[in-house]
Amino acid sequence: MAFTLYSLIQAAILCVNAVAVLHEERFLSKIGWGVDQSIGGFGDEPGIKVQLMNLIRSVRTVMRGEVKRSTV
Amino acid sequence: INWQQKARAAPPQADPVLFEDTSSSASAMNTQGYYTPGYNMGAPSSDMQGGAGMDNLFADPMANAAMMYGSSLANQGKDMVNKEISRFMSVNKLKYFFAVDTRYVLKKLMILMFPYTHQDWEVRYHRDTPLTPRQDVNAPDLYIPTMAFITYILLAGMALGIQKRFSPEVLGLCASTALVWIIIEVLVMLLSLYLLTVHSDLSTFDLIAYSGYKYVGMIFTVLCGLLFGSDGYFVALAWSSCALMFFIVRSLKMKILPSISADSMGTGSAKPQLRLYITVATAVFQPIIIYWLTSHLVR
Repeated sequence: MAFTLYSLIQAAILCVNAVAVLHEERFLSKIGWGVDQSIGGFGDEPGIKVQLMNLIRSVRTVMRGEVKRSTV
Repeated sequence: INWQQKARAAPPQADPVLFEDTSSSASAMNTQGYYTPGYNMGAPSSDMQGGAGMDNLFADPMANAAMMYGSSLANQGKDMVNKEISRFMSVNKLKYFFAVDTRYVLKKLMILMFPYTHQDWEVRYHRDTPLTPRQDVNAPDLYIPTMAFITYILLAGMALGIQKRFSPEVLGLCASTALVWIIIEVLVMLLSLYLLTVHSDLSTFDLIAYSGYKYVGMIFTVLCGLLFGSDGYFVALAWSSCALMFFIVRSLKMKILPSISADSMGTGSAKPQLRLYITVATAVFQPIIIYWLTSHLVR
Protein backbone atom coordinates (compact mmCIF):
# COMPACT_ATOMS: atom_id res chain seq x y z
CA MET A 1 0.00 0.00 0.00
CA ALA A 2 1.85 3.05 -1.17
CA PHE A 3 0.47 6.09 0.59
CA THR A 4 1.06 9.63 -0.34
CA LEU A 5 0.53 12.64 1.87
CA TYR A 6 -2.33 13.65 -0.36
CA SER A 7 -4.22 10.42 0.25
CA LEU A 8 -3.75 10.91 3.99
CA ILE A 9 -5.21 14.41 3.78
CA GLN A 10 -8.09 13.06 1.71
CA ALA A 11 -8.82 10.30 4.21
CA ALA A 12 -8.65 12.74 7.13
CA ILE A 13 -11.05 15.16 5.50
CA LEU A 14 -13.51 12.40 4.65
CA CYS A 15 -13.43 11.04 8.19
CA VAL A 16 -13.94 14.45 9.76
CA ASN A 17 -16.78 15.12 7.33
CA ALA A 18 -18.39 11.81 8.29
CA VAL A 19 -18.32 12.77 11.94
CA ALA A 20 -19.60 16.27 11.24
CA VAL A 21 -22.72 15.15 9.36
CA LEU A 22 -24.10 12.97 12.12
CA HIS A 23 -27.49 14.42 12.86
CA GLU A 24 -28.32 15.17 16.44
CA GLU A 25 -32.06 14.52 16.54
CA ARG A 26 -32.51 11.84 13.97
CA PHE A 27 -29.61 9.64 14.80
CA LEU A 28 -27.54 10.33 17.87
CA SER A 29 -30.42 10.65 20.29
CA LYS A 30 -31.99 7.49 18.93
CA ILE A 31 -28.98 5.39 19.79
CA GLY A 32 -28.40 7.10 23.09
CA TRP A 33 -25.42 9.22 22.07
CA GLY A 34 -27.04 12.64 22.24
CA VAL A 35 -25.56 15.63 24.00
CA ASP A 36 -28.15 15.56 26.76
CA GLN A 37 -27.22 12.02 27.67
CA SER A 38 -23.55 12.63 28.22
CA ILE A 39 -23.63 14.40 31.55
CA GLY A 40 -23.18 11.35 33.67
CA GLY A 41 -21.43 11.00 36.95
CA PHE A 42 -19.10 13.69 38.13
CA GLY A 43 -15.62 13.20 39.40
CA ASP A 44 -12.82 11.67 37.45
CA GLU A 45 -14.64 8.86 35.78
CA PRO A 46 -15.88 9.89 32.34
CA GLY A 47 -15.67 6.51 30.67
CA ILE A 48 -15.10 5.75 27.03
CA LYS A 49 -18.64 6.37 25.79
CA VAL A 50 -18.89 9.81 27.36
CA GLN A 51 -15.47 10.78 25.99
CA LEU A 52 -16.48 9.59 22.54
CA MET A 53 -19.71 11.57 22.68
CA ASN A 54 -17.80 14.65 23.77
CA LEU A 55 -15.38 14.17 20.93
CA ILE A 56 -18.17 13.85 18.37
CA ARG A 57 -19.92 16.90 19.75
CA SER A 58 -16.77 19.01 19.67
CA VAL A 59 -15.92 17.95 16.12
CA ARG A 60 -19.44 18.85 15.03
CA THR A 61 -19.26 22.20 16.81
CA VAL A 62 -15.94 23.13 15.27
CA MET A 63 -16.89 22.00 11.78
CA ARG A 64 -20.29 23.59 11.71
CA GLY A 65 -19.39 26.90 13.31
CA GLU A 66 -22.95 27.77 14.30
CA VAL A 67 -24.67 28.27 17.62
CA LYS A 68 -26.57 25.27 18.79
CA ARG A 69 -30.30 25.75 18.38
CA SER A 70 -32.39 24.65 21.27
CA THR A 71 -33.70 21.28 20.16
CA VAL A 72 -35.73 18.62 21.90
CA ILE B 1 29.68 10.10 11.21
CA ASN B 2 29.16 13.59 9.79
CA TRP B 3 25.68 13.76 11.37
CA GLN B 4 27.17 13.05 14.75
CA GLN B 5 29.95 15.55 14.29
CA LYS B 6 27.50 18.17 13.20
CA ALA B 7 25.41 17.58 16.31
CA ARG B 8 28.48 17.60 18.49
CA ALA B 9 29.90 20.78 17.00
CA ALA B 10 27.25 22.78 18.88
CA PRO B 11 29.14 23.46 22.11
CA PRO B 12 27.54 21.43 24.88
CA GLN B 13 29.28 23.11 27.78
CA ALA B 14 26.38 25.32 28.87
CA ASP B 15 24.46 24.49 31.99
CA PRO B 16 21.80 22.04 30.74
CA VAL B 17 19.05 23.45 32.92
CA LEU B 18 19.83 26.93 31.63
CA PHE B 19 19.45 26.21 27.99
CA GLU B 20 15.85 25.15 28.35
CA ASP B 21 15.01 28.53 29.85
CA THR B 22 15.53 31.03 27.10
CA SER B 23 14.14 33.94 29.12
CA SER B 24 17.63 34.86 30.29
CA SER B 25 19.58 36.71 27.67
CA ALA B 26 22.80 34.73 27.99
CA SER B 27 21.18 31.45 27.15
CA ALA B 28 19.14 33.08 24.38
CA MET B 29 22.35 34.11 22.71
CA ASN B 30 23.83 30.68 23.24
CA THR B 31 20.84 28.81 21.91
CA GLN B 32 20.82 30.89 18.80
CA GLY B 33 24.35 29.81 18.26
CA TYR B 34 23.49 26.13 18.89
CA TYR B 35 20.43 25.63 16.85
CA THR B 36 20.89 27.64 13.75
CA PRO B 37 23.77 25.74 12.31
CA GLY B 38 22.68 26.54 8.80
CA TYR B 39 22.77 30.25 9.36
CA ASN B 40 26.20 30.96 10.70
CA MET B 41 25.62 34.66 10.83
CA GLY B 42 28.09 35.22 13.62
CA ALA B 43 31.19 34.05 11.81
CA PRO B 44 30.78 35.60 8.38
CA SER B 45 29.84 39.04 9.69
CA SER B 46 32.96 39.16 11.82
CA ASP B 47 34.95 38.04 8.81
CA MET B 48 33.38 40.82 6.85
CA GLN B 49 34.53 43.38 9.40
CA GLY B 50 38.03 42.05 9.03
CA GLY B 51 37.63 41.97 5.26
CA ALA B 52 36.51 45.57 5.06
CA GLY B 53 39.70 46.58 6.79
CA MET B 54 41.76 44.87 4.11
CA ASP B 55 41.30 47.13 1.17
CA ASN B 56 42.78 44.80 -1.38
CA LEU B 57 39.88 42.35 -0.97
CA PHE B 58 36.95 44.72 -0.77
CA ALA B 59 38.11 47.73 -2.65
CA ASP B 60 34.59 48.44 -3.81
CA PRO B 61 32.61 50.05 -0.98
CA MET B 62 29.37 49.35 -2.82
CA ALA B 63 29.92 45.59 -2.60
CA ASN B 64 30.66 46.03 1.08
CA ALA B 65 27.47 47.97 1.69
CA ALA B 66 25.48 45.45 -0.33
CA MET B 67 26.82 42.62 1.78
CA MET B 68 25.93 44.40 5.01
CA TYR B 69 22.44 45.03 3.70
CA GLY B 70 22.07 41.43 2.63
CA SER B 71 23.15 40.12 5.99
CA SER B 72 20.71 42.38 7.82
CA LEU B 73 17.93 41.21 5.50
CA ALA B 74 18.80 37.61 6.21
CA ASN B 75 18.73 38.28 9.94
CA GLN B 76 15.28 39.79 9.63
CA GLY B 77 14.12 36.81 7.62
CA LYS B 78 15.49 34.42 10.20
CA ASP B 79 13.69 36.25 13.03
CA MET B 80 10.44 36.22 11.10
CA VAL B 81 10.70 32.49 10.42
CA ASN B 82 11.41 31.79 14.08
CA LYS B 83 8.41 33.82 15.14
CA GLU B 84 6.09 32.06 12.71
CA ILE B 85 7.30 28.60 13.64
CA SER B 86 6.96 29.26 17.34
CA ARG B 87 3.28 29.96 16.76
CA PHE B 88 2.69 26.34 15.77
CA MET B 89 4.96 24.37 18.01
CA SER B 90 6.96 25.30 21.02
CA VAL B 91 10.55 25.52 19.85
CA ASN B 92 11.80 25.09 23.41
CA LYS B 93 10.16 21.71 23.69
CA LEU B 94 11.69 20.72 20.38
CA LYS B 95 15.15 21.82 21.50
CA TYR B 96 14.86 19.53 24.50
CA PHE B 97 14.57 16.53 22.21
CA PHE B 98 17.66 17.32 20.23
CA ALA B 99 19.98 17.83 23.17
CA VAL B 100 21.93 14.64 22.70
CA ASP B 101 25.55 13.66 22.67
CA THR B 102 27.50 10.74 21.30
CA ARG B 103 27.50 8.72 24.50
CA TYR B 104 23.72 8.93 24.75
CA VAL B 105 23.23 7.94 21.13
CA LEU B 106 25.48 4.89 21.44
CA LYS B 107 23.85 3.73 24.66
CA LYS B 108 20.37 4.25 23.28
CA LEU B 109 21.11 2.30 20.12
CA MET B 110 22.43 -0.55 22.22
CA ILE B 111 19.31 -0.48 24.37
CA LEU B 112 17.12 -0.50 21.28
CA MET B 113 18.81 -3.56 19.90
CA PHE B 114 19.35 -5.42 23.16
CA PRO B 115 17.05 -4.15 25.89
CA TYR B 116 17.10 -7.25 28.04
CA THR B 117 19.95 -6.25 30.31
CA HIS B 118 18.88 -2.66 30.97
CA GLN B 119 17.80 -2.39 34.57
CA ASP B 120 16.39 1.01 35.33
CA TRP B 121 13.72 2.33 32.99
CA GLU B 122 12.52 5.35 34.95
CA VAL B 123 12.81 8.78 33.41
CA ARG B 124 14.53 10.96 35.96
CA TYR B 125 13.26 14.44 36.70
CA HIS B 126 14.99 17.59 37.82
CA ARG B 127 12.68 19.92 39.72
CA ASP B 128 9.56 18.87 37.82
CA THR B 129 11.04 19.05 34.36
CA PRO B 130 12.30 15.92 32.69
CA LEU B 131 16.04 15.67 32.30
CA THR B 132 17.54 16.19 28.91
CA PRO B 133 18.66 13.15 26.98
CA ARG B 134 22.26 14.12 27.67
CA GLN B 135 21.84 13.29 31.31
CA ASP B 136 19.27 10.52 31.30
CA VAL B 137 19.50 7.60 28.96
CA ASN B 138 15.81 6.76 29.35
CA ALA B 139 14.57 10.08 28.04
CA PRO B 140 13.12 9.99 24.52
CA ASP B 141 14.83 12.07 21.88
CA LEU B 142 14.06 13.01 18.32
CA TYR B 143 17.57 12.90 16.96
CA ILE B 144 17.76 9.12 16.59
CA PRO B 145 14.34 8.79 14.92
CA THR B 146 15.08 11.60 12.46
CA MET B 147 18.44 10.23 11.46
CA ALA B 148 17.09 6.68 11.32
CA PHE B 149 14.24 7.81 9.07
CA ILE B 150 16.60 9.48 6.62
CA THR B 151 18.95 6.52 6.70
CA TYR B 152 16.04 4.19 6.05
CA ILE B 153 15.02 6.16 2.97
CA LEU B 154 18.56 6.10 1.61
CA LEU B 155 18.87 2.41 2.35
CA ALA B 156 15.56 1.73 0.61
CA GLY B 157 16.85 3.53 -2.44
CA MET B 158 20.01 1.50 -2.36
CA ALA B 159 18.13 -1.79 -1.95
CA LEU B 160 15.88 -0.97 -4.86
CA GLY B 161 18.89 0.01 -6.91
CA ILE B 162 20.49 -3.35 -6.23
CA GLN B 163 17.38 -5.02 -7.58
CA LYS B 164 17.39 -2.64 -10.55
CA ARG B 165 13.99 -1.25 -9.61
CA PHE B 166 15.16 2.22 -8.74
CA SER B 167 13.79 5.50 -10.01
CA PRO B 168 13.77 8.86 -8.21
CA GLU B 169 9.99 8.83 -7.73
CA VAL B 170 10.23 5.62 -5.75
CA LEU B 171 12.36 7.37 -3.16
CA GLY B 172 9.75 10.06 -2.61
CA LEU B 173 6.99 7.45 -2.49
CA CYS B 174 8.85 5.42 0.11
CA ALA B 175 9.50 8.50 2.21
CA SER B 176 5.92 9.68 2.16
CA THR B 177 4.58 6.17 2.88
CA ALA B 178 6.77 5.87 5.97
CA LEU B 179 5.83 9.38 7.09
CA VAL B 180 2.12 8.65 6.66
CA TRP B 181 2.41 5.50 8.76
CA ILE B 182 4.09 7.47 11.53
CA ILE B 183 1.33 10.08 11.44
CA ILE B 184 -1.37 7.41 11.53
CA GLU B 185 0.25 5.65 14.45
CA VAL B 186 0.70 8.85 16.44
CA LEU B 187 -2.90 9.89 15.78
CA VAL B 188 -4.26 6.50 16.86
CA MET B 189 -2.15 6.62 20.02
CA LEU B 190 -3.34 10.14 20.83
CA LEU B 191 -6.96 9.18 20.22
CA SER B 192 -6.76 6.12 22.43
CA LEU B 193 -4.98 8.01 25.20
CA TYR B 194 -7.66 10.70 25.06
CA LEU B 195 -10.55 8.25 25.08
CA LEU B 196 -9.27 6.41 28.09
CA THR B 197 -8.54 9.67 29.95
CA VAL B 198 -5.00 8.70 30.67
CA HIS B 199 -3.44 11.80 32.17
CA SER B 200 0.11 10.90 31.41
CA ASP B 201 2.82 13.33 30.48
CA LEU B 202 3.30 11.84 27.05
CA SER B 203 3.31 14.76 24.68
CA THR B 204 2.97 14.53 20.93
CA PHE B 205 6.71 14.75 20.47
CA ASP B 206 7.22 11.87 22.90
CA LEU B 207 4.89 9.73 20.84
CA ILE B 208 6.65 10.73 17.64
CA ALA B 209 9.94 9.76 19.27
CA TYR B 210 8.69 6.35 20.39
CA SER B 211 7.18 5.70 16.97
CA GLY B 212 10.42 6.68 15.30
CA TYR B 213 12.53 4.22 17.23
CA LYS B 214 11.28 1.40 15.02
CA TYR B 215 13.32 2.77 12.13
CA VAL B 216 16.48 1.63 13.84
CA GLY B 217 15.12 -1.92 13.81
CA MET B 218 14.07 -1.49 10.20
CA ILE B 219 17.54 -0.41 9.13
CA PHE B 220 19.10 -3.38 10.89
CA THR B 221 16.58 -5.73 9.27
CA VAL B 222 17.08 -4.39 5.77
CA LEU B 223 20.85 -4.51 6.12
CA CYS B 224 20.76 -8.13 7.22
CA GLY B 225 18.36 -8.92 4.42
CA LEU B 226 20.69 -7.38 1.89
CA LEU B 227 23.80 -9.03 3.24
CA PHE B 228 22.54 -12.48 4.10
CA GLY B 229 19.57 -13.04 1.81
CA SER B 230 16.05 -13.80 2.88
CA ASP B 231 17.03 -16.12 5.75
CA GLY B 232 19.03 -13.34 7.32
CA TYR B 233 16.10 -11.01 6.73
CA PHE B 234 13.69 -13.15 8.72
CA VAL B 235 16.16 -13.78 11.53
CA ALA B 236 16.88 -10.06 11.83
CA LEU B 237 13.17 -9.29 11.63
CA ALA B 238 12.44 -11.65 14.52
CA TRP B 239 15.32 -10.28 16.60
CA SER B 240 14.53 -6.61 16.13
CA SER B 241 10.78 -7.21 16.59
CA CYS B 242 11.32 -8.88 19.96
CA ALA B 243 13.79 -6.24 21.07
CA LEU B 244 11.53 -3.40 19.97
CA MET B 245 8.43 -4.90 21.57
CA PHE B 246 10.28 -5.32 24.85
CA PHE B 247 11.60 -1.77 24.66
CA ILE B 248 8.20 -0.23 23.93
CA VAL B 249 6.39 -2.17 26.63
CA ARG B 250 8.98 -1.34 29.27
CA SER B 251 9.16 2.34 28.29
CA LEU B 252 5.45 2.99 28.01
CA LYS B 253 4.51 0.93 31.02
CA MET B 254 5.93 3.57 33.30
CA LYS B 255 3.99 6.34 31.64
CA ILE B 256 0.61 4.81 30.92
CA LEU B 257 -0.08 2.20 33.55
CA PRO B 258 -0.65 3.50 37.06
CA SER B 259 2.27 2.93 39.33
CA ILE B 260 1.66 0.73 42.31
CA SER B 261 2.88 3.04 45.01
CA ALA B 262 1.43 6.33 43.76
CA ASP B 263 -2.08 7.47 44.53
CA SER B 264 -4.84 6.54 42.12
CA MET B 265 -5.48 10.11 41.00
CA GLY B 266 -2.24 10.14 39.09
CA THR B 267 -3.23 8.58 35.82
CA GLY B 268 -7.00 8.64 35.72
CA SER B 269 -9.21 5.78 36.63
CA ALA B 270 -9.94 3.84 33.50
CA LYS B 271 -9.83 0.11 33.84
CA PRO B 272 -6.21 -0.93 34.02
CA GLN B 273 -6.61 -3.74 31.57
CA LEU B 274 -7.57 -1.28 28.83
CA ARG B 275 -4.31 0.52 29.35
CA LEU B 276 -2.52 -2.79 29.19
CA TYR B 277 -4.25 -3.42 25.89
CA ILE B 278 -3.03 -0.09 24.56
CA THR B 279 0.56 -0.83 25.49
CA VAL B 280 0.46 -4.33 24.08
CA ALA B 281 -1.30 -3.17 20.92
CA THR B 282 1.36 -0.53 20.34
CA ALA B 283 4.05 -3.13 20.82
CA VAL B 284 2.40 -5.66 18.49
CA PHE B 285 1.91 -3.02 15.83
CA GLN B 286 5.65 -2.46 15.50
CA PRO B 287 6.65 -5.79 13.92
CA ILE B 288 3.68 -5.61 11.57
CA ILE B 289 4.70 -2.24 10.28
CA ILE B 290 8.37 -3.23 10.11
CA TYR B 291 7.44 -6.19 7.95
CA TRP B 292 5.12 -4.10 5.82
CA LEU B 293 7.61 -1.39 5.10
CA THR B 294 10.63 -3.59 4.45
CA SER B 295 9.45 -6.77 2.80
CA HIS B 296 9.22 -5.21 -0.64
CA LEU B 297 12.85 -4.17 -0.37
CA VAL B 298 14.22 -7.63 0.24
CA ARG B 299 12.73 -9.88 -2.34
